[in-house]
Amino acid sequence: MSSVPLSVYLVLALILFCIGLFGALTKRNAVIVLISIELMLNAVNINLVAFAKYGINPGITGQIFSLFTITVAAAEAAVGLAILIALYRNRKTVNVDEMDIMKH
Amino acid sequence: MNGELIVFFILALVAIGSGILMLNLTKVVHMVIALVFTFLSIAGLYVMLSAEFLAFVQILIYSGAITIIMLFGIMLTRHSDRTESKIGVPRTVLVLGGIVAFFLVMFFQINDLSFGEQATVLHVDNTEKIGVELYSKFVIPFELTSVLLLVALVGAIVLAKRDDEEEAKDNE
Repeated sequence: MSSVPLSVYLVLALILFCIGLFGALTKRNAVIVLISIELMLNAVNINLVAFAKYGINPGITGQIFSLFTITVAAAEAAVGLAILIALYRNRKTVNVDEMDIMKH
Repeated sequence: MNGELIVFFILALVAIGSGILMLNLTKVVHMVIALVFTFLSIAGLYVMLSAEFLAFVQILIYSGAITIIMLFGIMLTRHSDRTESKIGVPRTVLVLGGIVAFFLVMFFQINDLSFGEQATVLHVDNTEKIGVELYSKFVIPFELTSVLLLVALVGAIVLAKRDDEEEAKDNE
């Protein structure tokens, strides 16, 4: 019936996860780091939905799991951004390598 | 090569291409706009995987809400719109090596993974099924999610609010 196999979806999700990981580890702007984390969470969602259709035990549960993941990701983005704005007000910077008060 | 495969390759190309573009652009706003295309093509992939409701949620929350909130964050904190003076070359090479190793390990594990063709009817009444399942089997996680969202709302407001002392100092 379908011609796109499961492994192709998994490889696509893996590539997106690697892009997000690279962005989160090398970018200096904290907003870009946050949005790279969102990209990684999205790759996880692709995996969940792909397994919901092609997995060993297909069903709607995978899609419900991704709904919960999306909710938690949205909450994380909101709190992360609030922390970022509070930090910017105190330190006047959004670069992750200058956020080192607790290091010294 | 049939139509489904062609659609998949177009969507995958847009998703990965926008991701790479995000890594290489210099202006922060352009990076976020590039990621919108990734999120949209992921929504297309959800439709292909017979998850129509999730596709709409993806467009609403990721391409809509999270992108806008990130743009707000950029506009409110921008001091220079370019990401200047990148992280040093040795560290980039180290990170790249680690990620390539991770990619290769995972790739060889999942490359030939297949559980056989599983014919399901997920796309029939997709939203209704999700609703029924959510309110029958997953009631407690659903309620916990509401608590989590409330905590996130209150926490975000408290964190982003200015301190009272600071305000009093500014008013003087």
